[in-house]
Amino acid sequence: MDLLTILIAAVFTHNIALTYFLGMCPFVAVSGNLRTAMGMSMAVTFVMSLAAAVTWPIYHKLLVPYDVTYLQYVVFILVIAALVQIVEMMVERTSPFLYNTMGVFLPLITVNCAILGVTLFMVVRDYSYIESLIYSFGSGIGWGVAILAMAAIRERLRFADLPEGLKGAGITMIIAGLMAMSFMGFAGILNVH
Amino acid sequence: MTEQYDSMKEVFTRGIIKDNPTFRMVLGICSTLAVTNLVSSSIAMSLGTTFVLVTSSLSISLLREFIPRRVRMAVYTVIIATFVVFVDIYLKAFYPEISADIGPYVGLIITNCVIMGRAESFASQNRPLPAILDAMGIGIGYSLSLLAIASIREPLGFGTFLAYSIAPAGWQPWLLFAMPPGAFLVVGVYIWILRSIYSD
Repeated sequence: MDLLTILIAAVFTHNIALTYFLGMCPFVAVSGNLRTAMGMSMAVTFVMSLAAAVTWPIYHKLLVPYDVTYLQYVVFILVIAALVQIVEMMVERTSPFLYNTMGVFLPLITVNCAILGVTLFMVVRDYSYIESLIYSFGSGIGWGVAILAMAAIRERLRFADLPEGLKGAGITMIIAGLMAMSFMGFAGILNVH
Repeated sequence: MTEQYDSMKEVFTRGIIKDNPTFRMVLGICSTLAVTNLVSSSIAMSLGTTFVLVTSSLSISLLREFIPRRVRMAVYTVIIATFVVFVDIYLKAFYPEISADIGPYVGLIITNCVIMGRAESFASQNRPLPAILDAMGIGIGYSLSLLAIASIREPLGFGTFLAYSIAPAGWQPWLLFAMPPGAFLVVGVYIWILRSIYSD
């Protein structure tokens, strides 16, 4: 499969937030305003690309040769937790600007299922190393596109007169449903599964 | 800080409706949205998640004096991941079809924030017995929510319930409900209904 197809599929037609429901907890929690959504999506894209870059060699060069692939969950989540910790320390030391924009979201990312999900999908779909890098980067961008669109819509919604029970999570779900429906419209540009 | 509750019964029952993890706290919805297009996957996911909830809450509660505070999250994650491996191997061995339907979402039980949430806010501060009761209550609440969503999505989306055809002759399946948008819409409407009935 060529790389451009993988990239476009990850961003639009097979968006991880709207078709695979990955990273839904932060999607609901931090989509209230655009600034935080921006910081979160940058942090997610960065950690996601890094996680795929590190877990791919571990899986294919370590777990597969020694026939211990059932350990992948434990190993992957530990690698992700360690990566997040390292990235947080590095960002804090080197760039106060980056730390203020995305650093504060890093601790939340260990339990963001989008990161673990992307590394698991990468294994299930048997991507090569380059394909995995493209896929994880595209997925991060796709997640970002979805949450930024949601945040922009929710900022406008502040002035809408919603029923009490629908405010917050309820309306977010319904908007996500409508967004998922419109993203299904992208399906025509590619023919992959 | 130990939260105070009136009785064990309260600890057990509040997870089912009052603190329902899916509709009231809106936690762990990735897996909820993903597996509820089939009732059978939902049952498997509910049992798996409840098993991991109960066993990890018990382990964390037993080990609560020994886990250093600074690395507690990492320790919880490893404990949870270990039990998830059990569930994954069990499903692959005995129910390969369901395992194929759910796919990588079994692994995502690890990052289900319901489990981490209970570990952090309850199991790590309470004795084993209340920890188990709390985990079971939350597990039942989670399972009931999954079933409630799946029993709308599968009949509307495929015209079946547990793979038995229940649709009247000439029924055109409403495929949208088996696909992602349907999941969001059904969950959104459930949240709306429950929040209107039990307003905070």
